[in-house]
Formats: sequence, C-alpha cells, structure tokens
Amino acid sequence: MDGVNRLARKVPTWVVYLLGLVPLGYLIWGAVAGGLGPDPVKAIEHALGERGLQFLLASLAVTPLRRLGLNLVRFRRALGLLAFLYVALHLTAWVWLDMGLRFGEMATDLTKRPYIIAGMVGFVVMLPLAATSWNGAIRRMGAVAWNRLHRLAYVAILAGVLHLSLLVKVWTVETLVYVALALGLLAVRLVPKAGRARPAGV
Amino acid sequence: MRRLTWSDVTPQPAWLNRRQLIAGAAALAASPALARIEAAPSRYSTDAKPTALEDITSYNNFYEFGTGKGDPAKYAGGLTVDPWSVVIDGLVDKPGTYDLADVIKGQPLEERIYRFRCVEAWAMVVPWIGFELAGLLNRVGVQPSAKFVAFETLVRPEEMPGQKSPFIDWPYREGLRLDEAMHPLTILATGLYGEEMPKQNGAPIRLVVPWKYGFKSIKSIVRISLVDKMPRTTWNMLQPSEYGFYSNVNPKVSHPRWSQASERVIGSGLFGGRQDTLMFNGYEAEVAGLYSGMDLKANY
Repeated sequence: MDGVNRLARKVPTWVVYLLGLVPLGYLIWGAVAGGLGPDPVKAIEHALGERGLQFLLASLAVTPLRRLGLNLVRFRRALGLLAFLYVALHLTAWVWLDMGLRFGEMATDLTKRPYIIAGMVGFVVMLPLAATSWNGAIRRMGAVAWNRLHRLAYVAILAGVLHLSLLVKVWTVETLVYVALALGLLAVRLVPKAGRARPAGV
Repeated sequence: MRRLTWSDVTPQPAWLNRRQLIAGAAALAASPALARIEAAPSRYSTDAKPTALEDITSYNNFYEFGTGKGDPAKYAGGLTVDPWSVVIDGLVDKPGTYDLADVIKGQPLEERIYRFRCVEAWAMVVPWIGFELAGLLNRVGVQPSAKFVAFETLVRPEEMPGQKSPFIDWPYREGLRLDEAMHPLTILATGLYGEEMPKQNGAPIRLVVPWKYGFKSIKSIVRISLVDKMPRTTWNMLQPSEYGFYSNVNPKVSHPRWSQASERVIGSGLFGGRQDTLMFNGYEAEVAGLYSGMDLKANY
C-alpha cells in the first residue's frame, strides 16, 4: 500500500484531468464522425450522465479508501470537477439536443416528472461544490464549514442514482450496481472511526 | 409534424449497395439470397419517407436479446426462424398448430408504410410487408364469445440471451380487443423494406398496430389465442400504473415518468430536435371510432 501511495504522490493531478477528458473527446469524435448509432442524441446523453455518476462515485470513494490506507485525496478535486463537468454537459444535452429547447415542455417536466426533478436536484447541489472547489474558497470558508458544505456530494449521488433508477424501464444489473455502490459508499461513512487505533501523541 | 425532406432519406444508391453486398455475401455462403417479396402498395401507407433500413435494423427494443437498443442486432443472428409454427387456440373454429407457411397462405401481402411511435418518445417510419390480422382471424373462425386476442412471443433462452433476465416474466405477452385486432390497419408483418423480416425486428412474423405504442406490436409470435377476458400483457404486468392495456399513442396523456407530447425522430441527427406527437399517432381518422365514449385518460 505504501508503494502505491508513493507512486500516487508522484502522479501530477493534471494527468487525472486529462484522462477524465478522454471519454468526452471520444464522444465528440463520435458525434463528428457519426459513430454513435441511429440515435446519437440518446447515446451522448446517456454517456455523459453515466460518466458524471462514475466520477461522482470515484470522488466519494476517496475517503473510504483512505481509511483502508490508500491515499488518493489529492485527486479528489479533479474527480469532483470532472463529475460536475459531465453532469453539466448531460443537462445541456437534455435541454438542447434531446428537448430541442422546448422550454414549455421542460418546465412541465421539471414540475411533474420525478426523475427529472431528482436529476435537477443533483445538478443544483453540485453548483456550490464546483463554485467552492478552489483553494481560496477553502481558506475563506474555513475547513469546517467547507467540509460541511461539501457533504452535499452525498445528496448529489443519492439524487443521481435515484434519477437513474426512476428512469430505467426495467431493473438491470448495471443499475443495481450503481445503486449498491452509492449506498455502500454512503453507508461506510456511518461506520464510526473509533475502531481505528491512533498511536499516542499523533 | 416536422416535414421530412429528401435529405432525410437514405440515398437509394447507398441502400442498394448495401443490398448488393448482403446478396453477394449470401451467394458466397451458398445460402439462398434474400428474395424480394412481392407486395402491393396500400392506401393505408403514409407518404412520409421511411427511416433508413440501417436505423430500423440497428435500433430495436427486443428485450429477449437484451435491454440495449443495439443488443437485438448483435444477438438475434442465432435465432432459428425456420421451421416456425404458430399455435392458434382458444375461441376459434379451427384451432391448431399452424406452420408459418400455412399462417401466411392465401393472405394478400401489402407494403404498409406506417409511422411507428415508441413509448420512449422516439419515432420512425417503417415500410412493413404484411397482411391484415383480420384475414387470418376470419380464416380460423372467431367464435362469438371471443372478445380479445392474446399473443405470445417465442421463449427460447438458449437463442434469446435476454430471456435469462429474471426481471421479466417470460413469455412476452400482448393483447388487443377483438375490434382492434380486426381493424384493417392491424397487420401481421413478415418483412420490411421489401425483404424478409430481419430477426432483430421480430422475424419471422410480428404484429404491427400503428396507432399504439410500439411495445404493443409483439414480435416473433408463436401463439395467438382468442379469449373472452382481457389478457395479461407484459408491460402492464411490470408496471400497471405506467403501461395500460390500450396504450394508444396520445400526446395529451403523459406517461407517469415522461411527457408524450412530442417525439424525437430516429435518423434526424444531432440537431433534429422534436416533432409534436399526433393523436393515435396520426391515425385518428381511422381508429378514433373504436374508442368513442371511452375516457382515454382512464383507459391509457
């Protein structure tokens, strides 16, 4: 584990950003070259939403992994911002490509359709997280308040998997895996830290 | 409805080329080349331009092969469609197990270019080849006590990998009221684009009811039963609050989870936007009479 941690310390964070943008580049390439199948709009929408969910799960895995001894905390901001980017693009794809800017219909959806409401809640709670993701914000808010605010990520992941669960027509293994991962990552946070013996004087 | 223009049509040389390739490959494999099916044009055809063959055959909901839209095209190749027989039973004069050739025998094949609207709010235009279900029902003799027609899809998990999913109670089931089944728009389709039905589209024989959401148009039929009670139907069994028995296309009655007011047109590209959904999918003049006096909100 120490070896992995040492290696992780050597990886610059821009590598994570760059790798995180690869799926986006792949999608854009597909959209331009026409490799997204008969319904490119849904393909883009689904891919963006799924990446958002995956990066959000990854960012929420950092703390539990740290308790297991794997320290990836320096990549957490990159993972969170990538999640926000994909979720924001997912929303843009819905508004523009899927709904074709039919704002009346979208307004109805936002008041009537539980999965749309859940998705929008997820996006909205991610806004203050993205806005306070820079070092200056942490300094100004103080670590305690900043940490408290960033618990909104828990709301975001719950909203995200709820959005997915309400959307699918039948349960699939894939959906169940996302739900289980989200609930699992939240549940481990309820396990008290007391079990961890701290050496005296630390 | 957005006017379809010539730019929406797959250029004929492109699809002819594809066919030549397919035919060539088939000849090489020393298997019979796809024969063009002789079919008369129909007055029920829309003048909207058909969706490209490639889109119709690669974007399918056919959960027997998986829940992904591309799964049927990927996995349906292994389905055995010959021999094929259809059990016709229940309240009929001539029940029995009919060989496919016998089911089709004597029925006049027509090309029916129909709008197709999925409950997921996307739409296509499909040039089906088929015959009126009424023709078959009249031949087997519907008894006066019959009120509904129930249909079942093949169950063969070794060829239909999606049937390993425990989330659906196989076989896939659908049903129509007898008058809906006897309506001239309701067809049993055995082909599309002038050729045999591709397996991913429900080979060798499927139902097409153009004024209802696509899931009513059951694929790969092995059983047709005339019954006196409303039959159970798969999506209704899964989510009764979301999928009614009737499931007529109706822009004014939303699916609980999404609006049905508009639809995206498959093949219209990234910026194709949406078009308004039409009452009874544009077949209001032909079928509204079937439902006069019925509350379509309650009978969704």
